[in-house]
Formats: sequence, structure tokens, C-alpha cells
Amino acid sequence: MTEDRQEKGQSIGKDEAVGEVPQVEALPLQGQVEARSRAAARDTGPAGEPIRVVSPKERRRLNRRELLKLAPVVALGAFAIPKFRQPLLDEGLRFSDWASGKLFGQHRLAQTFCDRAVAPFATFPYNFYDVADPGVDLEKWKLAVTGLVQHPGEYRLEQIQSLPKMVQNTRHVCVEGWDVIGNFGGARASDFLQLVGADASARFLEVQCADGYYESIDMPTMLHPQTLFCYEMYGKPLDRGHGAPLRLQMPTKIGYKQAKYLVSMNVTNVLQAGLQGYWEDQGYSWYGGL
Amino acid sequence: MRLQPRIATIFGDQDTGLIVHKMWNIEPRILRDPQSSVRNCEDEVATTIAAMKPKPATITVSNEHPWIVRLAHWLNAVALFVLIGSGLRIFLAFPSFGPKIPQQNFIEVPPQLTVGGWLGGALQWHFTFMWIFVGSGLMYIIYQIATGHWRQVFFMPRDIKGVWPMARHYFLFGPKPEVDAAYNPLQKLAYTATIFLGVMSTLTGMVLYKPAQFWWLTWVMGGFRYARIWHFIAMSGFLAFIPGHLIMVAVHGWNNFYSMVTGWKRDPEYLG
Repeated sequence: MTEDRQEKGQSIGKDEAVGEVPQVEALPLQGQVEARSRAAARDTGPAGEPIRVVSPKERRRLNRRELLKLAPVVALGAFAIPKFRQPLLDEGLRFSDWASGKLFGQHRLAQTFCDRAVAPFATFPYNFYDVADPGVDLEKWKLAVTGLVQHPGEYRLEQIQSLPKMVQNTRHVCVEGWDVIGNFGGARASDFLQLVGADASARFLEVQCADGYYESIDMPTMLHPQTLFCYEMYGKPLDRGHGAPLRLQMPTKIGYKQAKYLVSMNVTNVLQAGLQGYWEDQGYSWYGGL
Repeated sequence: MRLQPRIATIFGDQDTGLIVHKMWNIEPRILRDPQSSVRNCEDEVATTIAAMKPKPATITVSNEHPWIVRLAHWLNAVALFVLIGSGLRIFLAFPSFGPKIPQQNFIEVPPQLTVGGWLGGALQWHFTFMWIFVGSGLMYIIYQIATGHWRQVFFMPRDIKGVWPMARHYFLFGPKPEVDAAYNPLQKLAYTATIFLGVMSTLTGMVLYKPAQFWWLTWVMGGFRYARIWHFIAMSGFLAFIPGHLIMVAVHGWNNFYSMVTGWKRDPEYLG
């Protein structure tokens, strides 16, 4: 740097150099001058962005002010703090469930399919959390009905089968991501709830299964016209792996809500923590709506 | 011999007609005698003096990105990271696009690259950040439409002819085409594609989340299974965009990156 300056000083001192100095000086400065005069002439850039000539202090102030507007992004950092992570995710899931409930159309039907679209029975997966066959005694089986109902007690399969039978080809969607279109037959849940004199203004239905599985479902879904107490698949009585003798079949709910091997149901307004559903209690969405 | 404006101060002496040059601690020297034959540069030097003289240190800055765009960008960036990570974890539960029986796996995803730990955890991340993704996306789109700024970004038919020259410049070291706009045609193409991918992943995601409520949309996409394929393709599109985007950010340096943070870019390139 020092050498540079001296060299300039020396050459400027020479008479021969005098003439060339303005030329050389003008070159690097020219762009700068033009830029500044352009910046002064217009207060916006080519795309309409505001241009300002500011002091370093003012620039720091501007930057700080703009940085503060990104506070919501910084707030997302709370998800990186272990203490806050799970509560926040629980809130996210709760909000999603709330929105799902709002979106649910009581009279909006899930798509039904022609027989040609139904998957062969052999390719309808047996899905279970513990055992495929909990060894239900089909002869003595009864469904215990409790809670906010006018006629609590034990109901035989024949009583359910005496209700109008619905048969539908609907899509079964698993939380894992696979789906299968199957043929299901059974009684409308709304018919059976009417039979037992359930309080239709109650909020939830809880069910227990022979294999220890348990579920709870919102009443609007239970009263949906396509929600079945299902006792048939593909025109035959439910086999043991698919939940004999009775299972839930709701085309507006995801697979893990479709409880199999039902043994009891309870109509209630209050769900107890830790008893909302086998998978839900481990972190799955409670609403599970499709 | 170049005089750098940052270390040189030039001033003129009107009375004597002498132009004097002073550098740091070097004695003022006579640069030019007004009687000399070389006069044509005088005005130029005078202009230079006028521009340089009243000079408390200043910085030219331009606000390149409105704060709503920056907010949307960073919220979206975080959400996209979480959604891709947790989405891959969800995909691991059934890494196939076919039937469950018989199951044919499409691809193996290393669990280390995923978010959420297990299917339930990944779903929680997915169902939480999808709102942030959609919210920030809507905020961006509404803002761009309301302000008319979409014209700066949205790829139009007239941009087609500019794509190849720009691609040649980026990838084959061709000459840099003159661009007198906020974004060059290749940028427009890339950014418009991401907007499209955002809309596509949202619509396909809606079908995967609520195939019964949005049954007509499920039907339009060819069914639940096809919606999964479209959803995966949208994610692949983002995975293709992100590395290219990050490389371009790295190439253009800190000043450019910083303008996406605070909006203000120092000494914008179009001012020379």
C-alpha cells in the first residue's frame, strides 16, 4: 500500500504525467458518480425496490427493524427445545383434529365403488395390533351397551342383524399409507344407537375389543349414514381375522379407528385421558377422519 | 496509476484555478495548470469533485424483498424441511405405491434422514407444519397478487426465449445475458415451478389427509394411490430445486443472502 502511494506521488510529480491524470482518475470514478447520481435521481430500482443512501448507523437501524419482522420464524425455534417440542406438536395435532371435525360433513358421503373396483378378498389385509384371532366365543357373544342410553344391557348379534342391512363398497385407508376397496355389510350405527336409545346429543362413543384394543369416536361420525356396525365382508360373515363377529366400519375414518372384535360400547360426554384409543394414546390423531 | 476514491480526497481551488490532489499524508501537489493545453478533462474532474466532496460516509441500500415475502420464505423453508423429513418417515411405514398385498417396495429411505422417529411422531410433525406451509404459501400468493408483484416472478410465455441463454451462462459458462428485470427467465422458471409444487403438494396432501371429504379431488387425481404418487413427485420437485437454489445463494454471496433476511441489499449490483 505504501509503495503504491509513493509510486503515485512520484508519477504525479512528473510533468509528463500531468496530462494523463484526469483521464486515469475519471475511469474508476465514473461508474461511482453515475451510480450515485442515478441513485439520487430515482428512489427505486429496476424492479421498483426502494433505494436509499444512508449512514452506516441508519443502515443498522433499518436492518434491525426488518429483522424484528421475522420474529415468527425465530418462534419456530421453540420446536427445537425438547421441553416445548411435544406440547407444541400436541397442540398442532389438536388443531388439526379440530379443523377435521369442522370439515366433516354429516351428510357428505364417502365415495362408493362399483363391484369391479373392489379388491379380491384375498388381498384385503388382515391388520391387528396383537393377535389376529383373540378367540372370541361366537356362540355366546354379546355386546354390552352402557352409558347415556335408555336401554343399557347386552345385545345379541341377531338383534343387530334384524336392523336394515346396508352393503357398501368403500375405501379402507390405513395410516401407513395403503388403501384397499372392500365390500362391507352391516347395520347402520345410527339405527343401532336409536335401538338402544342412545342420547344423540352425547359427544362420544367408546368401544372395547376382545383383544384389549379400545377406541373412541365422535358422535357425528357415529351418526353418519355410512357408518356401520359391520358383520359381513364380501357377502360372508366376518371371519375371525377381520373382527368376528362385529366391527366398526366407517368410510369417513382411518383404519385404526375401525375397531374389531367389539365386546362393549359406552355412550359418554367425557373421554378419559389414556383411554381415548390404543394408538391415539401413543400419539396418533384422535379424530382420524378421512 | 489508479486513484481509489475511498482513499483519495480531491478538491479544487477556484481562485487560483489549480486543481489539487491530496492523499492521506502526502503533500498537496499541483495536478494541472489551467494554462496548459489539456483542458477537455476539466469538467469531468469538476464533476468528480462535486460528487466526492460533500461526503459523510454513506451506503447505498435497496430494499429488495418486502417483509411479507421474506417472512413467507423463511417460514416456508422451515416448514418444507420438516414436511419432507417427516413425510419420508411416513413413507417408510409403507414405501410402496401399489397394493398392500402383494407389497412391492419402491425405495429404501435411510431412517437417519427422516424426522419424527416413528410413524406417529412423523405424523404429528406433518400435521403441525402443514398449516405453517399452507399459511405462509397463501400469505405469499395473496400478497403477490394484491401488489401486482407476481409479474416479476411469474414465468410467462415471453420468458421462454431467455431460458436457454441463461442456462448456458450458468451451466456452460456462456456469456451473461443482459437482464433488466427483478429476475432472469431461468429464475422465473424455477420460482414459478416452486409455487406450482407448493400448490400441487397442498392439493395432493389434502386428498391424502381427507380422501372422503375431498372425494371429487381424489377422483380427479386418479384415486388415493395416485394422489400418493403425485404427492411424492411434488416432494421430488422440491428436492431437485433446493440444492440448485442453495448453490446459487452460495455463489452470489453474503450480501445477496442478507437481503433475503433484512430486505436491504448494500450497493445493489445494478447501480454499478
